[in-house]
Amino acid sequence: MHVLIVGANSDLAVCLAETFARFEKPISLVLASRNIERLSATARDIEVRFNVPCTAMTFDALDMDSHPGFYESVHPKPEWVILCFGYLGDQRKAEQDWGEARAILETNYVGAVRFLEIVAADLEKRRTGGIIAIGSVAGLRGRKSNYHYGAAKAALMVFLSGLRNRLHASGVRVMTVLPGFLATKMTRNMDLPGVLTTRPEQAARLIHLAWKRGKDIVYVPWWWRWILWLIRMIPENRFKAMNL
Amino acid sequence: MVLMQRISGWGRYPQVKACVSAAETPSCIADRIARWKDCIARGSGKSYGDSALSGRILWMEPLNRILSFDATQGEVVCEAGVSLAKLIDVFLPRGFFLAVTPGTKLITVGGAIASDVHGKNHHRAGCFSSCVNWFDLMLADGRIVRCSREENGDLFRATCGGMGLTGVILKAGIRLQRVVSAWIDQRIVYCRDLDAVLAAFDTYSHVTYSVAWIDCLKTGKALGRAVLMVGEHADSGGLVPPQPRRLSVPFTFPEGVLNPMSIRLFNAGYAWMHRRNEGESRVPIDAFFYPLDGIEQWNRMYGPRGFLQYQFVLPRSEGADGLYAILSAIAAEGMGSFLAVLKLFGPANDHFLSFPMEGYTLALDFGIRPGLFAFLDRLDRLVVRFGGRIYLTKDVRMSPGVFRSGYPGLDRFLEIKAAVDPQNRFRSLQSSRLMEGACMC
Repeated sequence: MHVLIVGANSDLAVCLAETFARFEKPISLVLASRNIERLSATARDIEVRFNVPCTAMTFDALDMDSHPGFYESVHPKPEWVILCFGYLGDQRKAEQDWGEARAILETNYVGAVRFLEIVAADLEKRRTGGIIAIGSVAGLRGRKSNYHYGAAKAALMVFLSGLRNRLHASGVRVMTVLPGFLATKMTRNMDLPGVLTTRPEQAARLIHLAWKRGKDIVYVPWWWRWILWLIRMIPENRFKAMNL
Repeated sequence: MVLMQRISGWGRYPQVKACVSAAETPSCIADRIARWKDCIARGSGKSYGDSALSGRILWMEPLNRILSFDATQGEVVCEAGVSLAKLIDVFLPRGFFLAVTPGTKLITVGGAIASDVHGKNHHRAGCFSSCVNWFDLMLADGRIVRCSREENGDLFRATCGGMGLTGVILKAGIRLQRVVSAWIDQRIVYCRDLDAVLAAFDTYSHVTYSVAWIDCLKTGKALGRAVLMVGEHADSGGLVPPQPRRLSVPFTFPEGVLNPMSIRLFNAGYAWMHRRNEGESRVPIDAFFYPLDGIEQWNRMYGPRGFLQYQFVLPRSEGADGLYAILSAIAAEGMGSFLAVLKLFGPANDHFLSFPMEGYTLALDFGIRPGLFAFLDRLDRLVVRFGGRIYLTKDVRMSPGVFRSGYPGLDRFLEIKAAVDPQNRFRSLQSSRLMEGACMC
């Protein structure tokens, strides 16, 4: 199996690469991200530890003109593409600074759409494999603490559901992952509630299991589905006054 | 990414506010060094005292990739933040194990080199540096130099044991030893007093691994009651170790849970248990080398004030008299420690600040409390009188004079440091305390 992971410098992406390398042999991995210095070390680490071929490539989600050329240069063509890039950004800053707001929207949504359409066209033609994309529980209800990020992820998840609908006919799967709080680089300087926080290696294992079981949408861990159900049950006229 | 954090060493004393920068790539380290006036690299934060503390910290754990492995030579090349646990997880199932390992595997390769750590096989295999073929060191000016015994030998000898003061170790080539089993054949020998345990070390000097736990609250005839544990790699049993049980100390214990009474009780129980288990048994590598790694955050047992570990070594010729004098002083003061570890070191290496020298080393844990430092100053005087020295990796309170008298290689070390780091940009709270008077004058 050939797997391409984009946004592969995130902690969750590295853990996913490790999990797939460990459990899905024979496998070959291509990791792609902006910071190639870090990524080449990661690729070698995975090669040595799991005895699987693993290469690193440069990929910039925001440089959308480069996406077709990048996908063209990936050899062999992947059966599975895991999309992990994302940008949490600084909500406060984004409220005043269009540059920040735009970076959040473009990384999490526009860049993802640009790239996934290229991938989808290829997979649809080859009638194989699928896409795993990382959404977020933040995309299920807008909160003042991260609504730019949440809105972009919400748009991405609607896009994925449409894409899943379209690709179903050609036997190509699309899996949407909704992680809750992850203890990763992104959230290191946030004060997260300890019991609700999941370690990325745990999350990767859960995502891999859901993938094996053929799930379309997976909450990581599962109980986030019910937490979010509760949060979505709160009427808007109450919700608007709350500090969640 | 730079964060302000309150951090401390493993002893949880002292706690300082520091800017912590995650080192993810060599270029981000270079960038950080250029911007900060001074800093110190920190691995997993398992050194007890203030050697990895400063106002500005390069947190090396994210630099944790294994880069290559040569199975014919047994050489692994890895980044400095790789933990020994990761190396064991990856290579033990392939029949390789660390040639030298300390009592915890939750430390980084960079930290192991900087402290030049030792293990239960020091009398036969030397320090950790003896299995380091080479490493890449980033200097204060951002240059990266390869150091080995042949290439930049002085810098190699200054950096192994140099507490991170010569530069930042980026990656290293480490030699692993071949093993055929994930098990250790262990023998437990109960020793009634100090003479018995010192004699037992000699009796078992041909065995690869040896260490003794010593009951330092015993006085009179039972002074130095000890349990010697020796071990050899087993020749069967398979390479996949059993999953160890993991416990955790979930919160900081209140003051005084560990007091002379509870320690006496623990020691009696521990001695009784081992006396019952005397003889041979086969134990997993984890249980033999890393008994305390099974209890996460055991440092919380010492309460909110934290603790320190006092580890010294006395030359072999003075060993018996010195240990007798020091153990008597500890027992008389009732300042007992429930983890007291005694080991016979083999010959010293030629590194300027490496701790081990041929003789007996004793490590004791003490909760921080009023009167402790004055008491340890008295022990220091005994250590100095017997020609010994104190381990920098455990130290948090030694005086510059005691340090200087224990480390005759200090002047040479400072010369080399001055050559590669003239502005003293790699400094820790410990180096400021111990060396700055010396190197600035």
